[in-house]
Amino acid sequence: MPTIFIDGQELQVNDGENILEACLNAGMDLPYFCWHPAMGSIGSCRQCALVQYQNEDDTRGRIIMGCMTPVTEGARFSLNAENATEFREAVVESLMLNHPHDCPVCAEGGECHLQDMTVMVGHRDRRYTGKKNTYRNQYLGPLIHHEMNRCITCYRCERYYKDYAGGTDLGAQASHDHLYFGRHEEGLLESEFSGNLVEVCPTGVFTDKPFLKQYSRKWDLQSAPSICTGCAVGCNIAPGERYGNLKRVHNRYNHDVNGYFLCDRGRFGSGYVNSEARLDYAGIKKSDGSFMAVHQQQALDTAANWMQGKKVAAIGSPRASVESNYLLRELVGAENFAAGFSDTEAKLMASVSQILQTTKAVNPSIKQIEAADAILVFGEDVTNTAPRVALALRQSVRNKSFELAEQMGLPQWQDAAVRNLAQDQLSPMLIVSAMDTRLDDVASQCISLAPDQIAEFGVAIVEAMAGEPTSNTQANEIAQILQCAKNPLVISGTSMQHWGIINSAVAIAESLCGKKSSCMLSLCVPESNSIGSALLAGDMSQPLSHLVESAPEVLLVMENDLHRRLSAQQMQQLMGEGTQVISLDMLENPTLGASDMVLPAASYAESQGSLVNMEGRVQRYFPVFQPANERMPSWQWLLKIAAATGHKSLSKLEHFDDVVAACEKNHAQFDGLAIAAPDNSFRDRGLKIPRQTHRYSGRTAMNAGVNVHEPQQPHDTESPLAYSMEGLNRDQPASLTPYVWSPGWNSNQSLQKFQSEVDGPLKGGTAGQRLIISTAKGATKKSENSTTDMQPHQWQLVPVYRVHGSEELSVNTDEIAELAGHSFVALGEVVAEKLGVVEGDGAIVASGDIEVSLEVKILQRVAKNCIGFAAGYTETMAFQAGSLASLTKDKKWQRREPQLIASDKTIPDPMISTGGSARV
Amino acid sequence: MSKKEMIQSDIGSVLSAQEIAEIDAELAHIPYKSGAAIDALKIVQAKRGWVSDECLQGIAKYLEMSAEELEGVATFYNLIYRRPVGEKVILFCDSVSCWIGGCDDIKSKISNVLGVDYGETTADSSYTLLPVPCLGACDRAPVMMVGDDLVTHLDDKKITELFGSAANGSAK
Amino acid sequence: MEKVLTRNIGLAQKPTDLKAYEANGGYQGLRKAMAGMSPKDCQDVISDSNLRGRGGAGFPTGMKWSFVPSDDKCTPGHKYLVCNADEMEPGTFKDRLLMECDPHQLIEGMILAAYTIGADISYIFIRGEYLVAIQRLRDAVDECYAAGLLGENILGSGYKLDMYVHPSAGRYICGEETALINALEGKRANPRAKPPFPQVSGLWGRPTIVNNVETLCNIPHIIDRGADWFNGLGVGEDAGTKLFGVSGRVKNPGCWELPMGTPIREIIEEHAGGMQDGYQLKGFLPGGGSTDFLTADHLDLAMDYNVIGAAGSRMGTGTMIILDDRTCPVGMVLNLIRFFAHESCGFCTPCRDGLPWSRQVLQDIEEGRGEPEDLETLAYQVKYIGAIGNTHCALAPGAMEPLQSALKYFYDDFKQHISSGRCPYH
Ligand SMILES: Cc1cc2nc3c(=O)[nH]c(=O)nc-3n(C[C@H](O)[C@H](O)[C@H](O)COP(=O)(O)O)c2cc1C
Ligand code: SF4
Ligand code: FES
Repeated sequence: MPTIFIDGQELQVNDGENILEACLNAGMDLPYFCWHPAMGSIGSCRQCALVQYQNEDDTRGRIIMGCMTPVTEGARFSLNAENATEFREAVVESLMLNHPHDCPVCAEGGECHLQDMTVMVGHRDRRYTGKKNTYRNQYLGPLIHHEMNRCITCYRCERYYKDYAGGTDLGAQASHDHLYFGRHEEGLLESEFSGNLVEVCPTGVFTDKPFLKQYSRKWDLQSAPSICTGCAVGCNIAPGERYGNLKRVHNRYNHDVNGYFLCDRGRFGSGYVNSEARLDYAGIKKSDGSFMAVHQQQALDTAANWMQGKKVAAIGSPRASVESNYLLRELVGAENFAAGFSDTEAKLMASVSQILQTTKAVNPSIKQIEAADAILVFGEDVTNTAPRVALALRQSVRNKSFELAEQMGLPQWQDAAVRNLAQDQLSPMLIVSAMDTRLDDVASQCISLAPDQIAEFGVAIVEAMAGEPTSNTQANEIAQILQCAKNPLVISGTSMQHWGIINSAVAIAESLCGKKSSCMLSLCVPESNSIGSALLAGDMSQPLSHLVESAPEVLLVMENDLHRRLSAQQMQQLMGEGTQVISLDMLENPTLGASDMVLPAASYAESQGSLVNMEGRVQRYFPVFQPANERMPSWQWLLKIAAATGHKSLSKLEHFDDVVAACEKNHAQFDGLAIAAPDNSFRDRGLKIPRQTHRYSGRTAMNAGVNVHEPQQPHDTESPLAYSMEGLNRDQPASLTPYVWSPGWNSNQSLQKFQSEVDGPLKGGTAGQRLIISTAKGATKKSENSTTDMQPHQWQLVPVYRVHGSEELSVNTDEIAELAGHSFVALGEVVAEKLGVVEGDGAIVASGDIEVSLEVKILQRVAKNCIGFAAGYTETMAFQAGSLASLTKDKKWQRREPQLIASDKTIPDPMISTGGSARV
Repeated sequence: MSKKEMIQSDIGSVLSAQEIAEIDAELAHIPYKSGAAIDALKIVQAKRGWVSDECLQGIAKYLEMSAEELEGVATFYNLIYRRPVGEKVILFCDSVSCWIGGCDDIKSKISNVLGVDYGETTADSSYTLLPVPCLGACDRAPVMMVGDDLVTHLDDKKITELFGSAANGSAK
Repeated sequence: MEKVLTRNIGLAQKPTDLKAYEANGGYQGLRKAMAGMSPKDCQDVISDSNLRGRGGAGFPTGMKWSFVPSDDKCTPGHKYLVCNADEMEPGTFKDRLLMECDPHQLIEGMILAAYTIGADISYIFIRGEYLVAIQRLRDAVDECYAAGLLGENILGSGYKLDMYVHPSAGRYICGEETALINALEGKRANPRAKPPFPQVSGLWGRPTIVNNVETLCNIPHIIDRGADWFNGLGVGEDAGTKLFGVSGRVKNPGCWELPMGTPIREIIEEHAGGMQDGYQLKGFLPGGGSTDFLTADHLDLAMDYNVIGAAGSRMGTGTMIILDDRTCPVGMVLNLIRFFAHESCGFCTPCRDGLPWSRQVLQDIEEGRGEPEDLETLAYQVKYIGAIGNTHCALAPGAMEPLQSALKYFYDDFKQHISSGRCPYH
């Protein structure tokens, strides 16, 4: 560890870091703009200037950029020398020449890095007398608002969007003081990660458009530590609320999981929480089929009455918390409980959970994935099934360039230099999939195979690695690339709903695990708590079809829209005459409609729970605000039902922590659940952690439009967080960080004050706890691959996932629905040509007794005999992955216009809205 | 059809066969396709005077880069025109030696005669007037380029010879 | 004095073709090297010759070349030689002459340079407006390929070199060697961070040498006639001859090859014929638009790198711009700053936003809206933008040189503008 001197102060610094990092690590306030901990240095803004001295006798020194200067033993610097402070002020003064000074109407105001830095350098008076340059803004789609006049040309947006996230449609144009950051033409930003621009831009050029429609200042938001429920990656988020509405979602740093970035589903997909389709009251179905709203107590009494002495079964949900699922299972007994997976999903999830518990391969965190130097993507379009992981994979392929840089003695953070050196040399990424994936652009090789063949191809790779001669040269090649790598990664998952693919992936990964070497194996799974549900189900899980057969008298369905998993016929059978169905969920859906009683559940933003992500990490989310009306978190509904029915063990439980303790006690696989976050008794120096900021304003007045009496702040009896601005938000355990703020650092850049060191874990550690530790006995099973017999003019149906559209809840957000577009059938160019269709035409897909006319999408590469269908879309819901279909042109097809649900929406006045009315 | 053929036929309507052949000649000695971005822009502009959106998209596709990326390149350089220009571009040197030599007055004279300021094209589309950094002929200042020709030792007389005078209307 | 660089250049300014070039001793240096000099031998001669770069910075050429890693010290692949023919520095017009009139001299220099550093591909990056030079160079390159002077197995030596003439799409910043490399790669020409220097990671990430046209034109002669001969050419501290030019209100503006160390007075008064009648010399920029003003007091200095440096300016490109007593120094600096502000690549703040700020202040002063505080602001800007290291590349510090020296030598002119509320020269 080198020693350096800053203003005479002796500092021990980390080897290989730069002076800016060293200063920030030492707690010094050195302003910066263009540098970003995840993206390194380019030295363009010139804000992080210090004076460097040759030696002790040098009194003049010279200006250097902190972010571009590596630490060296004995080097001497000054932060406070007059020429340094004067220089830094001059930089801000020139950045502000053309700035519109429109903070009062800017969405960034109050959390603006430019504001912070301006204050930090002490800039006050403008001397510039010229006209300001102005720019025309672009329409960038429903998610991102563009306001170029505020730009300070730090290049962060371009570097993030192009270099980091692999986007191609946003960048720098023109030059000198006319630089422009935008698209070639107006239009939707294509990247699935565009939302991070909001946090990457140090001022208000790129802002959160849905948030603008219902805007509040950062300091007026009430926030809580939360976990994204958009997929199984489990990114940490910080949602913010005001006036009873979820206003926006910001990234919440987790060193091992999402780091600084989210995908757009995670950032923008929570609008459904404010949806008018939310249930507000419990309802009991009347004879005419409509629902009668009833109070909680009445609903509970009726439910208890229905259940008394009856054969009761229950269906849980992979998108509900561990705790809720646990309670539901206890309530009806394991033999009457189905985890809520479809039959195929149940089998896949049982094997994934089995694999994670026994594999010899390393089950990596996202951070570890970024270290991979050769990647085999096996049958998964990761960008659309586990988006944040795909963003990590885009960093892994850069390891080749870091290797080259190291040979030249270039530090990784010298971002532009490393890129210039490596040009387009990337670490190998091999993609084997049925169709295009959104990582094809960084892949060294893409192989298109039907699902069955993917599985077989995997067997060939394993054989090739074992040294058995195979005639498959591609398999030989891939085997060799993987075997040459120091840190290979195999990534696969359940999205093809094909056991053989996963099995082959495991076999490949495990054959790479020798005495000295190891391989990472990462498996993508469908939902935010799929792994949690699989762990709970263990081997005894009741397949959903058994439950259908068992014909229960009373059925409890929790947070699960069964029509996504059952055929119409099964639905009918399950929910028909003989069964009284009680459903617990948030949004209107076909399952609720078919139920006899509905109970309004709280969303993730209004409740507390634990989710187990794809790597087996359990993480806790906390309520951001209290549920409105008669909504209640599922776990509370279930405790109350237990009490009302006099359940033996459950009726003794009262608090969330009791449930956690019980679950941990009764299920060895959940050992560690309690460590996911501190319990209700936790206090930091005697205080709770505030959900509101120091500057939270208008508390007395904000509800005056409804009631002039200031309501009492709610008490949180379940967690260490308070609905208050009192308390301490610093250095607490990482799982309890509701927002980041530090004096002088109002923007999200204040994160560095919470990190143990630049880009390191938070001071309070890393949130979450690995539940699954593999026994490393090995999980490879003998393959029993089958091939589907194909008739001419038949196609195999392959599910095609979309970040926007395939996920059940987020698509109830206007912006996401707009981006999801229409459901589609995806064809290769050759097939399309034969059929006589082009993109946007219609084709009729018939499979079994289902026949749907769908919009045609043309893909670049499609495996022989395969066609894709939009997974998770209503119109295509009934299609089974892997089944056969016929295809004809729809001659009567009328081309569809895009649905501009969000873009055309008028802005509701948040002050007047009083929340949705009872929808029952 | 191969992918390459597809792209060719796709943009065939935009880029001419000769343009494509010239771009291919550049590509022959450049390790990455996008490396020929500037050459390709210049090739297309040489034929058409300027680079339209359509051409830009065509080139981008041919070079397998995004239109955005090519736009960033095209808008960086002084000699790539993203708006239509006249038959001839007047590159008028306004740098220091020409300035000392009185180029401001000559510029006024040209503007007067042609009825255009910097960045503008004459009504009959004959000329577009643009400023250019030092043309490296300072010993013969003031100078300008009209189309491909360097015109040196500019004075009122020369301007009249070249463009006529304001009295007899705008340019030939 | 013996003409070296311009020996083929007559008044008619007709280019020499291969035949004429060879007839006058051309490609002797190359033949000599190919016949029996190793790259190391060539490197030694160039180092010993004390040749310094003629592109503006005066960096010793031999030393620069020695930073290129030898084949066993770098991963296998191409190495590149690039000729910087982007001549766009205001007031500079020497490379144009060399290329238009004697293209083969440059090509021979490039082949030798490429041979020395082990390059197998070379580029002439030439500004797009130099249409005549582009054509003549292309013709000359074709002649060379046909004559076995370029391509495979040059002169039977086994050495292979390809050469391409690459016209720029026009930006002053493309003259900065790392920006030039980005332009050659088809990218936006922002300069790159150094280190790593292009000698180790340049074009396409590979070892690359960028040299000025004039620098390269010296190489054949040095190889042919040796380091001692070259050292003997200078009359002052520095070796060789140089093209010196004068523009502005002198009787005979032009460009001449003279020994290094020729006194400034001789250049202006003898070769350029002195000031035009009715004009007095008020000051001059000794080496292009990004060098500091000197005044009549400096006329007896020798044009040597260190001598001019000690006087507070730079040799730059060696082409002088004369400020006369009837031209407004504020207006002249405004013209220069306007140029630099427009040609800023826009990458770093002090240059992108600082130069337009200076331009605004100068314009206010020149147009009679100046305030006394403006002079403090200008001084502040010079300090802020002007130091090497404050900005990402040398464009902005260069831009500040005429301003800072104008504030030093012509302060009264600035003050008079402000106190009288108008430009006294109009
Ligand atoms: C803004 C800027 C513009 C430059 N323009 C030129 C130029 O037009 N021609 C040139 O030869 N060098 C130019 N240079 C200098 C080059 O960066 C580089 O130092 C030179 O080409 C090296 O060649 P030499 O060692 O032979 O002098 C410029 C430098 C800067 C900072
Ligand atoms: S000093 Fe000017 S030209 Fe050089 S990098 Fe900075 S902005 Fe670009
Ligand atoms: S943060 Fe160092 S130059 Fe921008």
